[in-house]
Amino acid sequence: MVAGELVGRSPRQLMWRRFRRDRAGVVAALVVLFFFAVALLAPVISWLYGKDAYTTYGLDRPELLDPVSGYPMKPNGGIDGEFWFGIEPKLGRDVLMQLVYGIRTSLLIGLAATVLSTITGIVIGVAAGYLGGRTDYFLGRLIDLLLSFPQQLFFVAFMPVVTALFVSPEKETPTYLRVTALVLVLWLLGWMQLARLLRGQVLSLREREFIEAARVTGASPWRIIRRELLPNLGTPILVQSTLMLPMFVTAEAGLSFLGVGVVEPTPDWGRMFAKGAEFYEGDITYMFFPGVAMVVFVVAFNLLGDSVRDAMDPKTTR
Amino acid sequence: MTRDAATGRTVEQSAGNGPPPGEPLLVAERLTKHFPIMGGFPFQRKVGAVQAVDGIDLAVHAGESFGLVGESGCGKSTTGRLLTRLLEPTAGRISYRGQDITHADRKALAPIRSEIQMIFQDPYSSLNPRQTVGAIISGPMEINRIRPPGGREARVRELLETVGLSPEHYNRFPHEFSGGQRQRIGVARALALDPRLIVADEPVSALDVSIQAQVINLLQRLRAELGIAFVFIAHDLAVVRHFSQRVAVMYLGKIVEVGDRESIYVRPRHPYTHALLSAVPDATEFLAEGAGASHVDAGYAGAGEGAGGGPAPGPGRIRLAGDVPSPIRPPSGCRFRTRCWKARDRCASEEPPLAPIPGNGPGHLTACHFPEDPTTARGEAVILDPALRGGGVAKAHGVEG
Ligand SMILES: Nc1ncnc2c1ncn2[C@@H]1O[C@H](COP(=O)(O)OP(=O)(O)OP(=O)(O)O)[C@@H](O)[C@H]1O
Ligand code: SF4
Ligand SMILES: [Mg+2]
Repeated sequence: MVAGELVGRSPRQLMWRRFRRDRAGVVAALVVLFFFAVALLAPVISWLYGKDAYTTYGLDRPELLDPVSGYPMKPNGGIDGEFWFGIEPKLGRDVLMQLVYGIRTSLLIGLAATVLSTITGIVIGVAAGYLGGRTDYFLGRLIDLLLSFPQQLFFVAFMPVVTALFVSPEKETPTYLRVTALVLVLWLLGWMQLARLLRGQVLSLREREFIEAARVTGASPWRIIRRELLPNLGTPILVQSTLMLPMFVTAEAGLSFLGVGVVEPTPDWGRMFAKGAEFYEGDITYMFFPGVAMVVFVVAFNLLGDSVRDAMDPKTTR
Repeated sequence: MTRDAATGRTVEQSAGNGPPPGEPLLVAERLTKHFPIMGGFPFQRKVGAVQAVDGIDLAVHAGESFGLVGESGCGKSTTGRLLTRLLEPTAGRISYRGQDITHADRKALAPIRSEIQMIFQDPYSSLNPRQTVGAIISGPMEINRIRPPGGREARVRELLETVGLSPEHYNRFPHEFSGGQRQRIGVARALALDPRLIVADEPVSALDVSIQAQVINLLQRLRAELGIAFVFIAHDLAVVRHFSQRVAVMYLGKIVEVGDRESIYVRPRHPYTHALLSAVPDATEFLAEGAGASHVDAGYAGAGEGAGGGPAPGPGRIRLAGDVPSPIRPPSGCRFRTRCWKARDRCASEEPPLAPIPGNGPGHLTACHFPEDPTTARGEAVILDPALRGGGVAKAHGVEG
């Protein structure tokens, strides 16, 4: 039959073994974990480092910033032993802390949107695939419609609309409402890919004889979905959501860059690019760190998604 | 291995020919399934129908094995799925032990579900790759809230032994097993509910020839020891010969001939049965040789070539012309007439009823206006394949016959 060491392994265990052998995948996973750790431990980092993201060090200590141009006095954006990533021009805030808290904000929003979109994608995709017929037809058209929207444009257009649902335009919008609105907009336009993918998977799984075997023993539709279908959808869900998260994080950054996302003084990854674009002629360093971090983040996530996909061997998935 | 005292079932019909006595377990009357063909834009509507099963009658008695034979696409699986109520019949009636289950929903079927089980054709798609063997076999008991004495796990281990696997396989996953072993797992799952009837849809046709006999022998043993009735679906007559007391031959959604083993194999009347039999001249040797079932997969289409290696003495060959007609627009009258060498005008205008015809034994029904002689001996070869008619090839085969 099979080699002794593989006996009794579940498909999931086999996948895990293959994944561990994929060096690029493991490195990518560690990088991704590092970003999550940074986001999660931001207050601890702040405490150890002794600075926060809000204090305008440059204004409090005039020797740090050039009084005329507003750029840091020291070269390289003011990098030194005290301000590891330099200080922000004009306001003189600490760049490292801004980046750490910015990552925290963006990841939180991206993660919330990913969780909501994944759940919605699963519910709608499985419902369309399993129920078929009319339900499938209408859900399919809804997915087509939403997919045909130019996403970035609609993110920008919808943000004020959604915000206006919660607060009247004259009043100041509280930060948590902006964040909620961002999550809602990303969610609204983010679940369709997964739903469509799962619908196709369910359509093909539904024809498999083990589903009929379950029905012939009297299994309820709910049990069939839970016990027979969902365990076989784990991989596409995992792969798709690892691709979804960086997509949402960059979309959130894009919105904040355009000024419709998170606003001052809340630190935000994307808004650092907007600031950076403002300053780059005089101080390229301010753009450098958030930029490199974003590139590393997106590349790591995509490599991770590829590795997860590779780890599913056709032998165990059929 | 003995039957549970609780169920109190015995082997009512172990072997022997002739229609078994007593009330039938499962009865299908004028059973019909048409799959709608949808088309049109923007709104889909029915533009036609695949007449997969078109008005078949059959009855399966307790402990009996009923064989259902026909070539690919004739509606065997559809019939099986109708009998287990995986599909909703378009028309007709199915009753199980006198209870009408034609349109019963899941709730109404619940008590019957445990009594009618199914074994599937494809051992790869019939087991969920994400579940352990233990979960697969105990699933049916969970669903039907059956708590066997000693617990479900013990029962599963017992079942694994019954089907010839090791109880140690409990925690393994399907991908670790070969096709034959997977099929045994499928058998164990079907047995988990202690059924009275198992519909086996080509349970061996996806397996290696050397494994087929083993699995058939297993089913044979279960039938004898547990008294389970079988509807055994196969695409050639060789496989069912030693398994079924009664055999029905299907062609294009209809049963064309049904009878006990003797009637079908020794005194067949329908030209199509003759053609099928001629394809497996050594059907008698199947199982007798154990693993020597190498002709099982040959199918009747290639039977001339298959037998060419070792020319069978006696009966002449029958080669059918062309393909099976489409079940979307089946031929008028007798559906076999486009390929039948005896077809006459009447065959096109009048559909032959499935009825006892003069010369048939009891329980032997044939749907044909101009039946063949009740014998398998054949003086000359019938070659309807235009590619082979005339010229040296046909002559060569004619000589052989
Ligand atoms: N769900 C379905 N929708 C439409 N047509 C179907 C469906 N299932 C089966 N058919 C058609 O019904 C006919 C009979 O199919 P069925 O699977 O019962 O044949 P079969 O005798 O089991 O053949 P095989 O030996 O290939 O398994 C075929 O023409 C098939 O294409
Ligand atoms: S009814 Fe006619 S066409 Fe049909 S099988 Fe008999 S002889 Fe052939
Ligand atoms: Mg079939």
